[in-house]
Amino acid sequence: MTRAPLYLAYASLVFTLLSGAVSVLAVRRHPDFLHFGSFFFLFLSGAAGIVAGAWVLLSGRTLSDRFALGLPWLDWHLRIDPLSGFFLLLLGTLVLAVALYGPSYTRQFARGPAAQPLPPLGIFTALFVLGMQMLLLADDALVFMIFWEMMSLAGYFLVVYQHQHTANRQAAFLYLLLAHVGALVILLAFGVLAAFGGGLTFDRMRAAHLSPLWATLAFTFAFAGFGTKSGMVRLHVWLPEAHPVAPSHISALMSGAMIKMGIYGIVRVSYDLIGNVRWEWGMAVLIIGTASSLLGVLYALMQHDLKRLLAYHSIENIGIILMGLGLSMIFIGNGHTMLGTLGLVAALYHTLNHALFKALLFLGAGSVLYRTHAHDLDQMGGLIHRMPVTALLFLVGCVAISALPPFNGFVSEWLTFQTALQAPILHDGVLRTIIPIAAALLALTGALAAACFVKAFGIAFLGKARTRRVGRAREVPAGMLAGMSLLATLCLLLGVFPTTMIEIMAPITQLLVHDELPSAAAQGWLWLTPISPEVASYSAPFLVLAIVIVFALGYLFLKRGADPARRAYAWDCGFGRLTQRMQYTSTAFSQPIRRVFSGIWKVDEAIETLTGAGTIPRVTSLHYSLHTQDWCWLKCYLPIGRLVLAAANRIGFIQTGNIHTYLKFSFVTLIVFLWIVS
Amino acid sequence: MGIASLGLYNQAIILFASLALLTSFIMLAQARMMPLIFTFAWQGLLLATVSVLVAIVSKHPHLYISAALTFTLKVVLIPWLLYRLSVKLNMQYDAEAIAHPTLMLLGGVGLVIFGYHVAQSIVHLSGLATRNTIAVSIAIELLGMLLMCARKSAVAQVIGFMSMESGIFFAAVISTYGMPLIVELGVAFDILVAAILFGVFFFHLRDSFGSLDVGQFNRLSEANQPMPLRDAAAEPAPGEPS
Amino acid sequence: MDRQLTAWALAAAQALLFIAAAPLLAGWLQRCKCHMQNRAAPAVWQPYRDLSKLMRKRLLLAENASWLFRAVPYIVFGAMLLAAAVVPLIAVRLPTAAIADVIVLVGFFALARFFTALAGLDIGTAFGGMGASREMMVAALAEPAMLMAVFTLSMTATTTNLSVATEFILRSGLVLRPSFLFALLALAMVAVAESSRIPVDNPATHLELTMLHEAMILEYGGRHLALIEWASQVKLMIYAVLIVDFFFPWGIATEFTAAALAVGVIAVTAKLMLLSVLLVVWETVLAKMRLFRVPQFLGFALMLALLAMLTHVVLETGA
Repeated sequence: MTRAPLYLAYASLVFTLLSGAVSVLAVRRHPDFLHFGSFFFLFLSGAAGIVAGAWVLLSGRTLSDRFALGLPWLDWHLRIDPLSGFFLLLLGTLVLAVALYGPSYTRQFARGPAAQPLPPLGIFTALFVLGMQMLLLADDALVFMIFWEMMSLAGYFLVVYQHQHTANRQAAFLYLLLAHVGALVILLAFGVLAAFGGGLTFDRMRAAHLSPLWATLAFTFAFAGFGTKSGMVRLHVWLPEAHPVAPSHISALMSGAMIKMGIYGIVRVSYDLIGNVRWEWGMAVLIIGTASSLLGVLYALMQHDLKRLLAYHSIENIGIILMGLGLSMIFIGNGHTMLGTLGLVAALYHTLNHALFKALLFLGAGSVLYRTHAHDLDQMGGLIHRMPVTALLFLVGCVAISALPPFNGFVSEWLTFQTALQAPILHDGVLRTIIPIAAALLALTGALAAACFVKAFGIAFLGKARTRRVGRAREVPAGMLAGMSLLATLCLLLGVFPTTMIEIMAPITQLLVHDELPSAAAQGWLWLTPISPEVASYSAPFLVLAIVIVFALGYLFLKRGADPARRAYAWDCGFGRLTQRMQYTSTAFSQPIRRVFSGIWKVDEAIETLTGAGTIPRVTSLHYSLHTQDWCWLKCYLPIGRLVLAAANRIGFIQTGNIHTYLKFSFVTLIVFLWIVS
Repeated sequence: MGIASLGLYNQAIILFASLALLTSFIMLAQARMMPLIFTFAWQGLLLATVSVLVAIVSKHPHLYISAALTFTLKVVLIPWLLYRLSVKLNMQYDAEAIAHPTLMLLGGVGLVIFGYHVAQSIVHLSGLATRNTIAVSIAIELLGMLLMCARKSAVAQVIGFMSMESGIFFAAVISTYGMPLIVELGVAFDILVAAILFGVFFFHLRDSFGSLDVGQFNRLSEANQPMPLRDAAAEPAPGEPS
Repeated sequence: MDRQLTAWALAAAQALLFIAAAPLLAGWLQRCKCHMQNRAAPAVWQPYRDLSKLMRKRLLLAENASWLFRAVPYIVFGAMLLAAAVVPLIAVRLPTAAIADVIVLVGFFALARFFTALAGLDIGTAFGGMGASREMMVAALAEPAMLMAVFTLSMTATTTNLSVATEFILRSGLVLRPSFLFALLALAMVAVAESSRIPVDNPATHLELTMLHEAMILEYGGRHLALIEWASQVKLMIYAVLIVDFFFPWGIATEFTAAALAVGVIAVTAKLMLLSVLLVVWETVLAKMRLFRVPQFLGFALMLALLAMLTHVVLETGA
């Protein structure tokens, strides 16, 4: 009965702390030591996390421990079980990739125009990662909340790292505000559970018996609170502001790992702590997930800042994960545990997939930013010729996130569709009509996501460079390429060998819902048959095989004997040489879709023309501007902000500035308290 | 499966009921006058056919009379009246601008789901094998009401009203083998008289207001100023639907 | 073991037959269209001659074409090859049908479309961008309609596996299902949109204002163009065979005897010829719509698909 996985998890915590300590100590004199020291320890921490998580998953055991830290009567309880192991594995992989990527990327902060002091970056990265690792190991509410807050606060300092710009400070403030609102609501959820359980430890909460009303209340609080961190719709406004302004490797960690902590929280609280899941919760989760995914992708289509586009896609993918969770809850609530397991597996698989390809995409965007200092898609172009390896890796990320076979994004979406298609087994007719509609909306989301990534990759990497600076870009250093290659390879592997992954995930579902998918790998590693071979089957290696065969045949029969290809000018319809300004911009690319779905955004389009003087009117200058805004921000948040300011102004009359008034307040308070006590 | 075990006549009943639901949806989105009346005639024809089929299956001969009545009124007489009216008012090529057709269609889908939810509690009361079509009949009625609420042209509202009555008639046929013949004759003649009266009123409204856009009827309110000067200019131009 | 080997060999033969017959279908379509429009028609084998001519031509690439541009035709053809292997053409119960179910098939089409759109953007002219942007919009609207229609069919057949679904419909005999009628109409409209036929796109035009698919592949020539043209012919045939399999599967072989396979070949040939004639009539009667009417067309298809699902749930299941 070895406790090695637990000790490995502790080792990863220690390495993270060491990484932070190195950043404090190395200070200014040895910036290289900082780079390689702190990122080296992060690498070790990630590796230890991966091994610990994988070990727990493969062995399927649960280990717990107790430390007498903190308050005298409240020990710290820690526990590692297959669910935490899965998320530790996810986090460890991302930390590993970021540790490979980081040293070269943070070089731009050491000197030059974007110079910032490096130690805070190292310290807060370490605290951020530590917060996430500890909250995965937490077995009581106190540890959980302490490290949740540590994660949020460290995240704030990372988002505001380049604090010279006002926009960055505002984005960070919004992030902090919503993170704390979320934390308060989570605290309420834990409060309800602790009150019924009679203690703060998760074991007490598991043993508690909640009436349906209180269970629903606890679930609602947990869902709202964790959903804020995940960025589900209505509570998402901080995400597209905060993720783009953080340094790219931090954005990768935030978008890849931090928002998954919200999913971890929802799964932990509803499946594990509350226990019996009700189908009405699943209905709410499904509807909110569908709305998130659709609105996320539609808002993403209108963005022309690459990182903002990626941030909106995170909202979309969280929506897809929530759809899987919702379907799972509906089936479990109605008594079909095997189908509920399928939904849970689909949701967790998508969590892992999204972490991998979103981190890959953010690291790719960071690489482009590193070399070209261009945020805006409309300044980029032609980078496939200048940065071929980055282009290939970014392409892998784009194909994966658009849910195209044979990569991993497709497998989890396919599993979600298969879960939704089992709706006819339910009794309630309304559910049987709404679930296929939700599945069709998921299909719409997938198609729109593909459109958005054709735009993102095509405008950024293909075509010709739109500015001279971008035309002179070079390939990024090998360390950055190594980090990205790791993630890209994993994307391909998880897409081609899904059966292995599902078998590995079996202990998680066994722990949470006491069921697993027996037939998923029943036909062998080659065929994925989640329900049964007659119902549905998928084999990804054949697609890779088919493409390889076509390439081979094409090379043998067509290319080998033929003359080499000639190069010539592109077809210009006889108008003369086309310039790079005549290419499609990102706004132009998404114009048809903007026109079709025009009610979703608040679009302000303005065309100003200046005509010259003279008898024949001639246009001398033309100015086109397009602003798309989030309706949610305008309709929900701005009014709340105005309300709060108005209320504050009303109460502001208390603050007179006169010292006598304050003394009178204290005097009156003292008298009132003495009277109450007596 | 449910449908494969029914006989051919019952399957035909279900098929024609679904086609009638399709015509309801087409009427929701149809902006032009002539196709709208034509679609309404088709809906009447489909429902008459369903009556005939139910008569064959359940051997209630009085449904043949109901079917003949429906055919005469809903397929021949009322569409012909409306067509003549449009020609006289010179509106037969008009098309109204529907605001948010997508929202209306989505609302229609929602109403179908709601109708199904409502019907689930009463379905077991019917003896017919095709009793699931009660949900379709409720949906046709609700879609007729939606047509009345969402459209601005007065002719569309009349058709919505007629369509509601079709839905009720269909529900009666499916659940209780038709209404008592007296009731049915009474309702049918009420509809006919209503159509004629509508026609008379349309002329009157057109003369007073200069348009048949029901959005303009709020000028009848006492709170508004009497008869603004912009009479003729207020008539909405028959624009293309968005 | 021996039976397994025969099955796999038969599956491979079916896939090759599918790909070899796709240009023939395109030739037959062209011939019917010319007859209907009172023009002199080329031979039915003309597409084969066109493809072999293109294969022999020397490649001419735009100066800005990258390695992605050169790789895309092979990726697209590979995806279509596998899709052709999966769809039951002559016989059901072939082992390749288990590689992909109908959702994966839609995924293959999406993969081909994704890369073709990227190839359009690669050259750096406005034509490719225009084709790519329009194609992605049409695809985004067509996919929910197609998947909703497919879901309805899968819910009736309780499976998404194409071979099993075809057998189910074969075995249930003549049943008048309204959901199938609506799904057939929806699927036919989506097939027209996705295979770039009139009224959504004109496959014979080379005017940039009227192109969707042609605009993306404008710069391709030589063997690349041959592969892409062939792949789009295969795609049209796949949609036609899908409609035949789901709605009119009678005649398809359920066992691997020579007689059954011969009947299967004759049946599918007759059905495809008939379907082509219907498509030609449709294309001749309708004119190409302007681009922003296509959302209404596809919205109607989506409404039909939604009705198919609703009538299935409300009317066809349970009592």
